[in-house]
Amino acid sequence: MASRHLTLGRIVLYAVLAYCVLYYLLPLTVMLFNSIKPLDDLKAGNVMSFPRSVTFAPWVKAWNTACTGVQCEGMKGYFWNSVSFVVPAVLISTLVGAFNGYVLTMWRFRGSNALFMALMLGCFIPFQSILLPMARTLGALGISQSVAGLIFVHVVYGIAFTTLFFRNYYVTLPEELVKAARIDGAGFMRIFHRIILPLSGPIIVVTVIWQFTQIWNDFLFGVVFSSGDSQPITVALNNLVNTSTGVKEYNVDMAAAVIAALPTLFVYVVAGKYFVRGLTAGAVKG
Amino acid sequence: MGALSIRKVRKSYGSTEILKGIDLEIADGEFLILVGPSGCGKSTLLSMIAGLDSITSGDIHIAGRRVNDLSPKDRDIAMVFQSYALYPSMTVRENISFGLEIRKVPVAEREAAVKRVAQILQIEHLLDRRPSQLSGGQRQRVAMGRAIARDPALFLFDEPLSNLDAKLRVEMRTEIKLLHQRLGTTIVYVTHDQIEAMTLGDKIAVMKLGEVQQFGTPREIYDNPANLFVAGFMGSPSMNFISARVDEMGSGYGLALENNGERFVFPAVNANGEMKNWLGKEIVFGIRPEQITQVGEGATNGHVVRQALKIDITEPTGPDTLVLAHVNGAKLTCRVHPSFAVAPGEKMPLQFDLSKSVYFDPATEQRIL
Repeated sequence: MASRHLTLGRIVLYAVLAYCVLYYLLPLTVMLFNSIKPLDDLKAGNVMSFPRSVTFAPWVKAWNTACTGVQCEGMKGYFWNSVSFVVPAVLISTLVGAFNGYVLTMWRFRGSNALFMALMLGCFIPFQSILLPMARTLGALGISQSVAGLIFVHVVYGIAFTTLFFRNYYVTLPEELVKAARIDGAGFMRIFHRIILPLSGPIIVVTVIWQFTQIWNDFLFGVVFSSGDSQPITVALNNLVNTSTGVKEYNVDMAAAVIAALPTLFVYVVAGKYFVRGLTAGAVKG
Repeated sequence: MGALSIRKVRKSYGSTEILKGIDLEIADGEFLILVGPSGCGKSTLLSMIAGLDSITSGDIHIAGRRVNDLSPKDRDIAMVFQSYALYPSMTVRENISFGLEIRKVPVAEREAAVKRVAQILQIEHLLDRRPSQLSGGQRQRVAMGRAIARDPALFLFDEPLSNLDAKLRVEMRTEIKLLHQRLGTTIVYVTHDQIEAMTLGDKIAVMKLGEVQQFGTPREIYDNPANLFVAGFMGSPSMNFISARVDEMGSGYGLALENNGERFVFPAVNANGEMKNWLGKEIVFGIRPEQITQVGEGATNGHVVRQALKIDITEPTGPDTLVLAHVNGAKLTCRVHPSFAVAPGEKMPLQFDLSKSVYFDPATEQRIL
């Protein structure tokens, strides 16, 4: 039985752990603190200190009036831009992944494993290498520089990952379930939505978190395949920070950065425990 | 025409032949057992009856209808799986009525069916639970309930009891038999357990390597096995096989035997015309353990003979004790009353009922009739 007394070893252990916690929390803390400091406070060189007075003006400015290039309408428009393509892109790519996984596990056909392997390769294609072909494709489809175009790019890019997730989850389900449903008279689609999807909770959560984080945080596709009013928040944040007219308002920059990061934080906090559960699903039977 | 008829059914994957021409036919209300060791093709055959697997050639008729090209849902069948395959996200009630719902049976009828099935299987109190909240035996019942609810022409069972513990398995076996008697349904039941096969079946098809070795009633299969495999597979402990030379004995034939250095000859009871071709050659003599007992009342006659053997091992099972001796170098198991069993190493007088002796060709392993 291990001793519960506070030994020297334990003190050292806790000290190290506490240091790690502080180390990891520091960037977020500094950002949050600086986003609520008046600019004068920052100019006085108090970047690392606690706020002496608190103001939410930087947040209001970042949201409403901060300049991103020539326009000075804040982050709000771009925030909703991001929401408007991230949500459909996440939902569509998740649904397609679930469907692919269902077919690749429960309705295997000649070459289905080869197809899966080919899809897996999609996980390793670097973003940069598809920029030009994708630009041509979007042009040919008539959806370049639009929200629909961004949705298309992210769905296509995400399918490899979502298919991998769902396929690996569904191979742990007994095939007899599908056989039983077929004998009961259920068809391909009904088995999917009545039997398979209701069992997919954990893996849907994992996929949604993964896709949401990937797509929300994407910068490259956003900057290449959108322009002006349809740009995502990541591009807007970059423009806001790089706009060099007048005084550099670090507090507004920080507030804008936190605003850009809030949705992914929110998704993690709400669904994080399912994320861990889903990642290990199937690892242990029962 | 019967409830199910299987004609010249073959199945191959590439050049591998899984089923090599199966012919079976059962009447309405009969209980057919497909039994055999793993890899014999019995589950594949069941899958093909269900329509979950396609056949390479041949025909399958269910209730007089050729079903080769029908999908599972149109074959008027229900199936109980080894893993039960209950839908985890649905309650017991929903599991049972799912098939009816898909077939667009009105709600009132569905409820009536669930009620009827729940009553038959005594699962009324479980209807609102999910499969994960049920024990193995309860899941088994629900799986059967799901099959019964649709009242199909044919029930298929794929090793339904093999996931249960020994005690529950015996209980459920009895219940399945009761259910069959009560509902008078036609059943095809796959198992690797020869006791299940004997207790449940009206007809048994013993399979090995994609072929039906023998098809008949349990009694026929047990008493008149067609070959060495069937004789050895059915029955526990299994039949004794002793290689013995055929000698002349009076006006008939005899089998030359030896135990512990002592030589003796048993009459070859049931030997007929074929046996003359085997004179002086080795055959396989088969006798079941229960036909070798302690010496009992009554005189010996033509087919009851006595012989004392040196016992090597005794295995008490409770009601009987199995005593093992070696005859012609082969192991011979005898089933005797516990109070007669002697200690290993001693000699024990035994009584052989040879009326059910069988003989096999050692090369072809076929029965010598």
